[in-house]
Amino acid sequence: MTVAPKREDYDVVVIGAGPAGLAAAATSAEAGLSTLLLDENIGPGGQVFRAIASTPVTDRNQLGADYWIGADLVQSLRASNAEVIQRATVWSLDRNLDIAVSIGGASAFVKAKRVILATGALERPFPIPGWTLPGVMTAGAAQTMLKSSALVPDGRTVIAGQGPLLWLLAAQILRLGGRIDRILDTTERGNYFAALPHAFAFLTSPYFAKGLSMMREVKAKVQVVSGVTELSASGDGQLASVSYVAGGKRETIPADLLLLHQGVVPNVNLAMAAGIEHRWDDLQLCWSPVLDASGNSSVAGIAIAGDGAGIGGANAAVVRGRIAARAAVEALAPASAAKLPAMATLRADLAKAERGRLFLDTLFRPARQFRIPSGDTIVCRCEEVTAKDVLDSVAIGATGPNQLKAYRRTGMGPCQGRLCGLTVTELMAQARGKTPQEIGYYRLRAPVKPITLAELAAVPKSEADVKAVVRG
Amino acid sequence: MFRRSEQDKRPQVQIFVDGVAVAARQGDTVSAALLASGRDARRSTAVSGAPRLPYCMMGVCFDCLVTIDGVGNRQGCLVPVAEGMQIEIQKGKREIGK
Repeated sequence: MTVAPKREDYDVVVIGAGPAGLAAAATSAEAGLSTLLLDENIGPGGQVFRAIASTPVTDRNQLGADYWIGADLVQSLRASNAEVIQRATVWSLDRNLDIAVSIGGASAFVKAKRVILATGALERPFPIPGWTLPGVMTAGAAQTMLKSSALVPDGRTVIAGQGPLLWLLAAQILRLGGRIDRILDTTERGNYFAALPHAFAFLTSPYFAKGLSMMREVKAKVQVVSGVTELSASGDGQLASVSYVAGGKRETIPADLLLLHQGVVPNVNLAMAAGIEHRWDDLQLCWSPVLDASGNSSVAGIAIAGDGAGIGGANAAVVRGRIAARAAVEALAPASAAKLPAMATLRADLAKAERGRLFLDTLFRPARQFRIPSGDTIVCRCEEVTAKDVLDSVAIGATGPNQLKAYRRTGMGPCQGRLCGLTVTELMAQARGKTPQEIGYYRLRAPVKPITLAELAAVPKSEADVKAVVRG
Repeated sequence: MFRRSEQDKRPQVQIFVDGVAVAARQGDTVSAALLASGRDARRSTAVSGAPRLPYCMMGVCFDCLVTIDGVGNRQGCLVPVAEGMQIEIQKGKREIGK
């Protein structure tokens, strides 16, 4: 059932119960700090450990050993004194570390001495023609259904894109008896050469052997087409076919389900709304927060851990969570820090977990044609704005994403730019001959998730609050 | 588009989709139950009326918007099913009072 926070003030509030948030909350609570963990989902785990406490997939080999690491994290959390609230949507966080959270249709307010943001990542927009058609989903969406409801694709299924998650998902679908007709690999050939200088670190990381065996497992059962370009989906109100070019030849295949994936990017909405400084990352092609070695952001008292701090993967996320929590303990209760692993040990763990990342980032850097669409391809799914619409607006004077809102309402729908923001920035940067950093991003504000006016109106008010807005 | 793996032994939960009884499983989100049902669960957008189905299943894309127990614009991918839950496929924008 929905339960409001027990207190109004906490030493540490952690937002997000994925790898980083689980580790951070357990560490902070173990050290004796009053700790609240708020998470939007039904159960803990975030995306990587989705449904870890409830999955109907009981054969442990099917989801893989890396998934079940999450069960230990949840166990540590539950053994600690951390207060955990699921289905709690944080819609505001500000510089005073005041947090507004919606739980069961009512908003509660808590104040923290330290906040650890662990809001993770989301899949990079994949704006190809037809990507809004019913039947086109993200690979992550299919993986969410697989983990939480043991659902597998059973129609004609095509997976397209690139990156480690794509191969993991394909292997998991096959292990659960699902159907995959074809995998379309969009990795650019040039990326293999660019990644070569970073190969040694990757070859000596645990990711290499795991990745290789997973790709072998999938390739033994599914036709894989590499060097795919000009990908598109079509159909009348429902996906009917997928078209692409490979080896100089166009091919069109019938499909009921197309799963897209070209990596993940930090979910920046809450962090940006709190006023945290972000910079454009030219390698990962996304906005990443400016952080110190302990994850502290430009706003005093707010740290960011996990993929929201820049994509590093689940293992790195866990360590970053522990580092951010240890830093909070050092600041609030220095005597208790002795109970925790030393910072030097944690930093060494992080370096180990991040080994090989540069190689993966370079190899799986998504191609320009799949990031910057043209013509009638939809950029903003909510407001149904096309690439041409954006370029037309630039031609008559729109200078950046915020001006574009006034022209076209891009980013003003319910998703608040999550599915179009990166595309808009890069599209406008290209059109105006500027860098993404110069073009900037949407100015994000609370509420970062939609809440009803009724919920807002029901918020407790002081006499002074009422006086400030009521006349006479 | 999707089917349930045989190993899924979770208890059934009955929900209603536009008045029709649908068997879901305990722990399903509304969106997962709709996609597993085999029914036409396409909503239509507020802007052009274009048909859509859930895209991200993790709370960020808002293409799973649905009316649940009389309340419109709910993110079906974040709400677990409950016995007797009434779901309406939302066509167009949320109606005032819903």
